[in-house]
Amino acid sequence: MSARRPLPHWADVALLPVLNLLLALLISGIVIALIGQNPFDALRILVYGAFGYGEGLGFTLHFATDFVFTGLAMAFAAHAGLFNIGAEGQAYVAGLGAILVGLTLDHTSWLLVLPLAIIASSALGAFWAFIPGYLQAKRGSHVVITTIMFNFIASALMIYLLNYVLKPAGVQEPSSANVVAAGKIPQLRQFFPFFGYAPLNMTSIFAVLALIFSYVVIWHTKLGFAMRVMGLNPTASRYAGTSNSRLIMIVMAISGGFAGMLAVNEVLGVQSRIVMDFTSGYGFVGIAVALMGRNHPVGIALAAILFGALYQGGLELQFEMPAVTRDMIVVIQALVIMFTGAMEGLLRPGLENAFILFRPERKAEAVKRETVGTEG
Amino acid sequence: MSTQPPTTNDQQRPARAAASPWAIELKGINKRFGPVWANRDIDLAVARGTIHGIVGENGAGKSTLMSILYGFYTADSGEIFVNGQLAHISDPRRALALGIGMVHQHFMLVDNFSILENVILGVENSPLLASSLGKARRELKRLADEYSLDVDPDAIVEDVSVGQQQRVEILKALYRGADTLILDEPTGVLTPEEADDLFRVLRTLREQGKTVILITHKLREIMAITDTVSVMRQGQMVTTMPTAETSPEKLAEAMVGRRVLLRVEKGPAHPGAPLLEVDDLVVADDLKVTRVKGVSFTVRAGEIVGIAGVAGNGQSELLEAVSGMRAPRGGTVKVSGRAVSFHGDDGARRLREAKLAHVPEDRQRMGLVVQLEAWENSILGYQDDPAYGRGAILDIDAARREAAERMQKFDVRPANPRLKTASFSGGNQQKIVLAREMERDPDVLVVGQPTRGVDIGAIEFIHNQIVKMRDAGKAILLVSVELDEIRSLADRILVMFDGNIMGEADPAVATEGELGLMMAGIDPQQAAARAAHPEEELRP
Repeated sequence: MSARRPLPHWADVALLPVLNLLLALLISGIVIALIGQNPFDALRILVYGAFGYGEGLGFTLHFATDFVFTGLAMAFAAHAGLFNIGAEGQAYVAGLGAILVGLTLDHTSWLLVLPLAIIASSALGAFWAFIPGYLQAKRGSHVVITTIMFNFIASALMIYLLNYVLKPAGVQEPSSANVVAAGKIPQLRQFFPFFGYAPLNMTSIFAVLALIFSYVVIWHTKLGFAMRVMGLNPTASRYAGTSNSRLIMIVMAISGGFAGMLAVNEVLGVQSRIVMDFTSGYGFVGIAVALMGRNHPVGIALAAILFGALYQGGLELQFEMPAVTRDMIVVIQALVIMFTGAMEGLLRPGLENAFILFRPERKAEAVKRETVGTEG
Repeated sequence: MSTQPPTTNDQQRPARAAASPWAIELKGINKRFGPVWANRDIDLAVARGTIHGIVGENGAGKSTLMSILYGFYTADSGEIFVNGQLAHISDPRRALALGIGMVHQHFMLVDNFSILENVILGVENSPLLASSLGKARRELKRLADEYSLDVDPDAIVEDVSVGQQQRVEILKALYRGADTLILDEPTGVLTPEEADDLFRVLRTLREQGKTVILITHKLREIMAITDTVSVMRQGQMVTTMPTAETSPEKLAEAMVGRRVLLRVEKGPAHPGAPLLEVDDLVVADDLKVTRVKGVSFTVRAGEIVGIAGVAGNGQSELLEAVSGMRAPRGGTVKVSGRAVSFHGDDGARRLREAKLAHVPEDRQRMGLVVQLEAWENSILGYQDDPAYGRGAILDIDAARREAAERMQKFDVRPANPRLKTASFSGGNQQKIVLAREMERDPDVLVVGQPTRGVDIGAIEFIHNQIVKMRDAGKAILLVSVELDEIRSLADRILVMFDGNIMGEADPAVATEGELGLMMAGIDPQQAAARAAHPEEELRP
């Protein structure tokens, strides 16, 4: 029996993240006030920019799509006790799969391109995550280290490929050839003008499917059971007859596969080609998304939308309030990541005490304790 | 109730303190966790300079009571008197200031610090470490001499034995001025020799006027060392009496609330065909030290073969190899006549397929995932069985239904398969493991420490289940460090010492003394031969 009383489930999954978010916004507000701007105006612009009109919403959801993929990559591996922080590199390399399918099938239909591109980019992302998985399973090199290293390797590899292999003759920047027809995944604005110029595209459907898929795999399949057992107690996993080394490789590959799907969204959905660093750090945001979403698909969806809104609203804020520079936006984003991710336990003890006092039966107990104390 | 105001006695007054014969007095202690009364109207008086035992099953409220005394919890109502003075113990620091020290079951030491550094941790009385260390070294020397608690102050904690680490915990408490020492299940982690050492230390402490409160569920220890014993059951204090006036049977009855058979009733074994054959098995541990040095034995259908020995003589490694958890360096294991392959890291799966079930020594580390719900642990290792869904999808309903049935059958309380495994008591957790492994109808059952940390009531049940398996014609290999358990359950006893089997004994004939000699690595026949020639030196 522990002296600390755990929070009710709803408070743990809903109230605490909301309070953490409010705290982050409060500190951000103070920072904005310090540079002489009105924090309430800033908040209004940010929220309006993210959700207030079609184009803003479209951008928010587009960013959220990326964050769902990388957030799932992180969370899926985390359930098996693996810390895959290589989503960035896995998505980057996966761009090769997306563009390969896009260019090859540019003359067919996007209905063919989209699923094949998802498969190809997942396969490459999976491959890029499988190698660290293999190294951990068979050689004992920790995935945290190797996935970081594989981000650098991916970056160097892609720069090389973009400059010397993929770049069409005569082009001045390191990028691949463009897809021009079927290789471009249709953006939703082509069907709904409501979204203005937002790049939200059909890949988002796969984000929703990926969320459902991960939920089913983690909690309703034998594979999911085995990986949760390994994540919680690797010795018990071996006792259960699971080959942990094999499972590590499988989980890392699936995790990398989720990250890889980001490439379709960015490469075929927006840029129509691979540009340098198209992943723009989204792989790392996925870590915060998974943390805030408690590694649960529903939480990840909500957290991804929140971070999408911060990205989009932040751009808007930068535009509307020139004093709030790009760096300030990064500060705000960092504060949210810090409070919802790294310091998510900050308010927990206080909240636990509050719950003990404010739930009637607890209160009665506390009062009794007090009175007994004074009567001596 | 006294009318004294609840002001705390911030200054100890030793002169007045000596007036009361009681080191500790608890009056009317109540503590509730939600709807559960962990402690209900507890009165307890501990006389100064005695060893006072508190026994009770897991969850009887012993640990809660001691936590209240040590300031981890505050009681909902009730009073604590220390040396006759009303005390309000709000946190462990207050408890220490009042001279109450606690030695926890799981040590709270910094493994890579020296013993001396651990002792002064938190009570360095100068910002310069060197001067505190110098002072502490002298004080430690004095304490070690006074209570014959020999330790090397410069040894690193992780390099010394568990028994030594426990001494460090006791020294820590004494160094902080403890007059009353609370020990929570102190022998759970000790070998029999280390436990004897501990008892010697406790007796010395008593001679020097210290008071010891010993929490345990081992009745033998209570009988061996305490002056007074209190029995708790379901949060209430059932009885307190001088140890000399009671017996293990009486205590067990008071703990459980009904008569308990401390011995297992079983008929003679009718061994059949050999089902588990181990030949020249050599096993190394994680540090590549050879722990099993060429062991061979056979377990036949319908018999229980017990492996006795002091913990750490290779039994754990033997068990792990036989169950497929650890690939041996050499030798073979045959189940039902077929040799087992140890290739890869999923040996446990192949042994399960060969119909060998394994109840591991350490259920929390190996046999269960305590964070998961009971039904999930009820399928652990068998999740790929088509009974829990064909194909990739897990049939959760089927698994839960089956778990509920098994929990009913094995009397797991509460019989709720949706409960987190960690919230079951040790005995009920063990029943979940046993139900899972036994209900699979294996040919061979390998059981390690089946009743470690299990209540007396559940021990009886578990022993009966094991005998029932034997009578159903299963081959059972039982490894236990509890000699009593081996002697009452096994049909044949193999004694392990230093990775070898010292010899075989018939539990009906062998005395505890003979087994003890073998466990210490002395061949009883040689010892007998030597005894026959008294001119030779008997003791090494």
